[in-house]
Amino acid sequence: MVQFTLPKNSKITTGKTWPKPEGATNVRKFKIYRWNPDDGKNPSVDTYFVDMDSCGPMVLDALIKIKNEIDPTLTFRRSCREGICGSCAMNIDGINTLACIYGMDEIKGDVKIYPLPHMSVVKDLIPDLTHFYAQHASIMPWLETKTNRPAKEWRQSIEDRKKLDGLYECVMCASCSTACPSYWWNGDRYLGPAALLHAYRWIIDSRDEATGERLDDLEDPFKLYRCHTIMNCAKTCPKGLNPAKAIAEIKKMMVERTV
Amino acid sequence: MQFLTERKRVIGLGSAKTGTEHHWSMTLSSYGLLILVPLFVFTFGPMLGQPYDEVVAYFARPFPSVVTGLTIIVGFLHFKGGVQTLIEDYVHGAARTGLIIAMTCLSYGAIGVALYALARLAL
Repeated sequence: MVQFTLPKNSKITTGKTWPKPEGATNVRKFKIYRWNPDDGKNPSVDTYFVDMDSCGPMVLDALIKIKNEIDPTLTFRRSCREGICGSCAMNIDGINTLACIYGMDEIKGDVKIYPLPHMSVVKDLIPDLTHFYAQHASIMPWLETKTNRPAKEWRQSIEDRKKLDGLYECVMCASCSTACPSYWWNGDRYLGPAALLHAYRWIIDSRDEATGERLDDLEDPFKLYRCHTIMNCAKTCPKGLNPAKAIAEIKKMMVERTV
Repeated sequence: MQFLTERKRVIGLGSAKTGTEHHWSMTLSSYGLLILVPLFVFTFGPMLGQPYDEVVAYFARPFPSVVTGLTIIVGFLHFKGGVQTLIEDYVHGAARTGLIIAMTCLSYGAIGVALYALARLAL
């Protein structure tokens, strides 16, 4: 049976409250999930106060400010700070999103930050994405061809190229997969919205010659058909993509080659 | 403890090469029930609480009994598919197999009992 409650050693406790910055008038409260695998303690939620007059507008700006000026032990992933690398995906104010493109003006009250849900935590806000990346690799995210390589390039019409719009933009941040209840309960076997969106991106690519094999690999009650069109993936995607639609298109192709 | 790579865990036993049939049958039965359920409500509904002889005479007519029979068959087959999905979602391990077997028996049993009752009324 799926586990609906957290195990004893994962129950969240109240953590440290850090002092308010001296002399600051425009202060915002941040409640941030902390867990250190080395201290043997349960996870906790620490409280920080950030002077908004000397902080950038995005949640990542505040996290970097906390790390630089208040608590250097706070651990999180970040890189491009403009929504391209997908590193800083986390649960902010109850929504899986990218900290670098999520403005603090979108949040009412305290800013609550947790790691992506239902994933093993490496430390603080860093989830273990090893399985997620292996799922992505399993759908063969590259062009598969059998025809001899052309002298110049694989050609594609403008219309066929347009079919990839809304698919190629995925940055593999894992916000969608970790927002999906089906992925929570069966993430070991269900590929999840991100991997399936990428699978569809290659299935629909006019240059790819492994369409049948790709569909064969996906035809499975768990790999594909755990998707029940809950739509959390589309709702949470920080890039505004629609993985649920991509999955529905794969299902339509499956039916098309059967009926 | 097993020293398996994540890729090996993802591959598991490979693709089952099935699932589309289940998906398609659930889609078809959904459309079927969209038509059958209103028909069933409007044919079965007026007979609720009526005297036995009147109900027997009513179900001896072809239309109400065919609608009822089809609703029972399609409804329980849809139930079987739906609950199977539910079990696959939430139950793991050997309990999953056991529950799916039990639910399949229950569904076919219900179809059998309901059709027998309908036949007793109609014939």
